[in-house]
Amino acid sequence: MARQSSFRNFAIGSTLLWISIFVIVPYAFVIVVSFLTRDADTNIRWIFTVENYRELVSPVFLEVCKESLWLAFGTTVLSLLAAYPFAYLLTRIPENVRRFLILLMIIPFWTSSLIRTYSLIILFKANGLVNTVLLALGLTDQPVELLYTQGAVFIGLVYALLPFMIMPLYSALQKMDRRLIEAARDLGARGWQIFFKIVLPITMPGIMAGCTMVFLPALGLFYIPDLVGGARTMLIGNYIKNQYLTTGNWPVGSAASVVLTVFLCLFLYGYYLSSRNAHTKQGVEGGLV
Amino acid sequence: MEKPPIVRLTGVTKRFDEVVAVDSLDLDIYQGEFLTLLGPSGCGKTTVLRLIAGFENLDEGELFMEEVRLNDMPPNKRGVNTVFQSYALFPHMTVFDNIAFGLKMKGYEKSRIASEVREALNIVKLEGLESRKPHQLSGGQQQRVAMARAIVNKPKVLLLDEPLSALDYRLRQEMQIELKRLHRQLGITFVFVTHDQEEAISMSDRIAVMNEGRIEQLGTPTEIYEEPANMFVARFVGEINVFDARVIEAAADSATVDIHGQQFKVQNRRDYKPGQNVSVLLRPEDLLVTRDEEELVSGPALAGTVEEVIYKGKTVDLIIKLDAGETVFVTQFFNEDEDNVLYREGQRIHLEWVYGWEVVL
Repeated sequence: MARQSSFRNFAIGSTLLWISIFVIVPYAFVIVVSFLTRDADTNIRWIFTVENYRELVSPVFLEVCKESLWLAFGTTVLSLLAAYPFAYLLTRIPENVRRFLILLMIIPFWTSSLIRTYSLIILFKANGLVNTVLLALGLTDQPVELLYTQGAVFIGLVYALLPFMIMPLYSALQKMDRRLIEAARDLGARGWQIFFKIVLPITMPGIMAGCTMVFLPALGLFYIPDLVGGARTMLIGNYIKNQYLTTGNWPVGSAASVVLTVFLCLFLYGYYLSSRNAHTKQGVEGGLV
Repeated sequence: MEKPPIVRLTGVTKRFDEVVAVDSLDLDIYQGEFLTLLGPSGCGKTTVLRLIAGFENLDEGELFMEEVRLNDMPPNKRGVNTVFQSYALFPHMTVFDNIAFGLKMKGYEKSRIASEVREALNIVKLEGLESRKPHQLSGGQQQRVAMARAIVNKPKVLLLDEPLSALDYRLRQEMQIELKRLHRQLGITFVFVTHDQEEAISMSDRIAVMNEGRIEQLGTPTEIYEEPANMFVARFVGEINVFDARVIEAAADSATVDIHGQQFKVQNRRDYKPGQNVSVLLRPEDLLVTRDEEELVSGPALAGTVEEVIYKGKTVDLIIKLDAGETVFVTQFFNEDEDNVLYREGQRIHLEWVYGWEVVL
């Protein structure tokens, strides 16, 4: 008994220590820095100010927020549209094919996402693979401008985050009782009616989980818009990165980080509320909270 | 039954990959009857139901509903509805919306839907629970919602796929009575699938005992229980003792057989000939036990020893080891007049039966 509880203390203690060192303490620094004054030489000076937050209430930052939300929202919708049919397909195919497809989806994760984003550049550039194929097929006379467009940013973000959408959807669809579809058919529902009246509402917890897991990271993934968007589209993540690394304005960067975190927490709280609602309503498990 | 069948299956075959689930099966189902498909798991009974429902397509054969060919007709056009195993209620809808689903799909007006749903709720005795979600209901209530959701569409044939298997023993007994009441009240044809032979016997007008995709015997519960057509039916429906026997003499309607050196008179319905090896089948409750200490048996009887006594309340079950080596299972009802019907292990007994109670195969 004493042994068990000492193991328990060790397990909980080491986790807490880990989170403290790598999450809580650094974040406390960020919050503190966001209230300090900028200094050109030493980055920060220990003088309290709220000027950094006031600076954020500027047309530039609001534009960045709007752009970020739009990109994250678009990425979420595109991911959902792409992932739902695929997740549905996964539940309908034989076990061995399914394992293979899931493996194909996971393999890229063993490569750094930065490298995978660079590979997108190789595909999209003027003399890249996509344009070479298009030219060879005679579908276009001159190379199409793919790289450094908003479309490329969407593709890059969807490509990076799609698995986070697929997995919760797959799990929700897999858990759904197939007989519900038969029951709906038995009662006269057809194709789309079955989808909208039965499948969609029942997999809603999975949809919400997937959207949360795509939307939140999409707000902060700065290097994808940088690389494939040519830094033309700026997300909150890019803004923060620029404040730290380019402008050298740590306090404003920290203030923007805090704002982003508040955003994320609000979204997570919203997700928590809606999923708790769904759980008590349907008795269906699903989701990440 | 002279009237034409409401559902007719002729030469129906269904394969899954290379496995034959239903093997050129013929079956006529008549208007208003309670027909049960009974068999062990994997015998094809559920597949037959799913073929009638339209969830599976036939590989061979014909399927008719009131003379109309159903082979390629979608489920909702067939005039049948299904009560699913574990109910398959829509978890995100209220009881009302679950029951109204079929009517909404038909595009009925709101007021008509409301009144028909109310009527269905009334029939299954669930008034007042309209706004509950399925997970807020007990197993028995969910069962009733599943029934209401099907019957509100006024099907000609109601298909029930092991609808009681998820309920505990007591509730199952209750729902059996409830289902019989519904069947009488609605007057529609019920096709019921179960692996529980007691359930089949107590509820059905007719039972089709299935095995390996075929019907082994089709008949009333009494016929199935008292006159099993073959060893499979005899062994699947209820407990039964099987004695190896040899025909000594045979007449038109009776015969003399030898079991362990004793000669018994049995019925001869299948025209057995002397010298033939047969099986004599006896239900545990059809065997009579006489204790040796009590009196001597007059006619032929099988001698044995009581090996185990299992008191069941209403009955007492005996496991008897015959001197010839066989183990026999016997059920004795308590005789109210005789208060000393107490068996004990090691007791010497003789077994006999009343002529005509046996089945010879």
